[in-house]
Amino acid sequence: MAPPRATGVNQAFFGPEDLPDFAIAPPGEFPYTRGIHETMYRGRLWTMRQFSGFSTPEETNLRYRYLLAQGQTGLSVAFDLPTLMGYDADQPQARGEVGRCGAPVSSLADMETLFEGIPLDTVSVSMTINSPAAVIWAMYLAVAEKQGADIAQVSGTLQNDILKEYIAQKEYIFPPEPSMRLAVDVIEFATKRIPRFNPVSISGYHIREAGSTALQELAFTLRDGIEYVDRAIARGLAVDDFAPRLSFFFNAHNDFFEEIAKYRAARKLWASLMRDRYGARDERSLKLRFHAQTAGCTLTWQQPWNNVVRTSMQAMAAVLGGAQSLHTNSLDEAWALPSEHAATVALRTQQVIAYETGVTEAPDPFGGSYYLERLTLDLESGARDYIRRIDEMGGMVAAIQRGFPQGEISRASYEYQQSVERGEAVVVGVNRYQTREQEPVATLRIDQAAEARQIDKLRALRKTRDNEDVEHRLDQLRRAASSATREGGPNLMPPLLDAVRAYATLGEICDALREVFGTYEERPTI
Amino acid sequence: MNVPIRVLVAKPGLDGHDRGAKIIARALRDAGMEVIYTGLRQTPEMIVNAALQEDVQVIGLSILSGAHNAIVPRVLELLREKEMAGVKVIVGGIIPDEDARELERQGVAAVFQPGASLETIVSVVRQAAKDANAPAVK
Repeated sequence: MAPPRATGVNQAFFGPEDLPDFAIAPPGEFPYTRGIHETMYRGRLWTMRQFSGFSTPEETNLRYRYLLAQGQTGLSVAFDLPTLMGYDADQPQARGEVGRCGAPVSSLADMETLFEGIPLDTVSVSMTINSPAAVIWAMYLAVAEKQGADIAQVSGTLQNDILKEYIAQKEYIFPPEPSMRLAVDVIEFATKRIPRFNPVSISGYHIREAGSTALQELAFTLRDGIEYVDRAIARGLAVDDFAPRLSFFFNAHNDFFEEIAKYRAARKLWASLMRDRYGARDERSLKLRFHAQTAGCTLTWQQPWNNVVRTSMQAMAAVLGGAQSLHTNSLDEAWALPSEHAATVALRTQQVIAYETGVTEAPDPFGGSYYLERLTLDLESGARDYIRRIDEMGGMVAAIQRGFPQGEISRASYEYQQSVERGEAVVVGVNRYQTREQEPVATLRIDQAAEARQIDKLRALRKTRDNEDVEHRLDQLRRAASSATREGGPNLMPPLLDAVRAYATLGEICDALREVFGTYEERPTI
Repeated sequence: MNVPIRVLVAKPGLDGHDRGAKIIARALRDAGMEVIYTGLRQTPEMIVNAALQEDVQVIGLSILSGAHNAIVPRVLELLREKEMAGVKVIVGGIIPDEDARELERQGVAAVFQPGASLETIVSVVRQAAKDANAPAVK
């Protein structure tokens, strides 16, 4: 039995009568439903970009070099929770969490280690960081400079999507307004100075992982995109100057055709929103480019080898849906961070799809299918409804403040769990076809001593750096941040770059910003 | 008259993945329990204080970040310090087998790993509440 879906397609079969007045533009033409390029993967394959990071910058660097040697074509940094929350490894809040869910980066020195021997002028790097995105990006640019790269030529992607943090992932530090200010500082600085960098990756992935439906993922993500465009325009940027560098990040979940339809609907909607709502004229502003990651929440702890199968089908949906970049999850991720072996199988999964299956030969091969086209139209109209409702609430920040997307997601998440509980939604190996014996998998254990090593390094850094200079840079940052809370205040990227070059730490910088901006806590609701 | 079971559902540590915690909280509430959900990023001190103030019989901790070995023993220690050792602690999340056994050895009433059914969790919480000391009369 198929899992429950949000779009109301429930009939025996689909035919021409389901697509009255149907017409569709070819791949590479507005509104790009069938893909943003005419030739799609015949011209260029997607980037195989495996999200990775654990333990220490040293160990993560070794994993990166290994993955590049195995044919991976881009890097994607997972930071640990203290880093995501703007804490140094030696702050009390970080205790027990250093290096557990990603690589710890407390200072420029850690960032230098992370990319040692990896030329940042040729390898493109994606960084999953949000609340402290501006600080981590400053460190990244400083490392590229030190390596001798021309930073105007550096390419990569910064997630920098704070809205989905309030909605779903919940790694927020500051209240929405100063957070949006920082996000737009990054977009503005990239537009003017680092034009090949994607300064935001507008993410539905985490919304879906939090339990949303495909429709909610699509709608909330695009509405988040609208919010960033509105803010960037309010900053004084011209839409065609920054919109070509907006990128997206979607989940690749189980419901095969609904997922393909979701990517197609996203492209179509974004193109028409950009043209009709903002008057964008540059073709690149209209084209929605996206990274996809297979759905971590579908991986099961029971019978973990089945996860390889789930991941390959999900990856196939992303490819048939026209992804520009893809991460495939590892089979052991319901247990732990991936082992090297599991990460290799995950990468090989993409390589098999790319080189053995032939699906790369034709763009949008399911285009014209009555069923897929009907699903695409239904998702589009459902998303338009949600977007209109959020517009009526005054935009996404206002909708978040009244708990609207959060409530929609938690309701969908609970309904799904109840359908699993009743056995209506089947999870193979979990609520059907269970086995008594659990097959063992060798999982990655994070060395408990890694935290102590990070703390030692940080203490040594604080002794050797010019602390007077650090204090001076932090003061300058505080001043700039205070005036940045007013309209027309300065962009914080220059003082952030000065601070990280002086080896001010992430925690020191974020503490300075906490003093000025305050912090955010959501009202707990169930 | 039946006094409803009182449960504190808490999300300790820096992780924001609250999908599981919220589902459990809703399921326990739907099963007729009084559920207090702490929200995110609770320290062990905050959790034990909330448990004391709310007079709960059971504390449910949701931890997916691998930080359980730092967090759970501290919660148990604080409960003992405050003479609340009768309060039962249940942990759910990504907990490797060997860690789960160790946490149970230290006094955790039950550890739920991914895929546990809501029905099982509800019945274990019910049993734990029965085993817990009766809450102090205020």
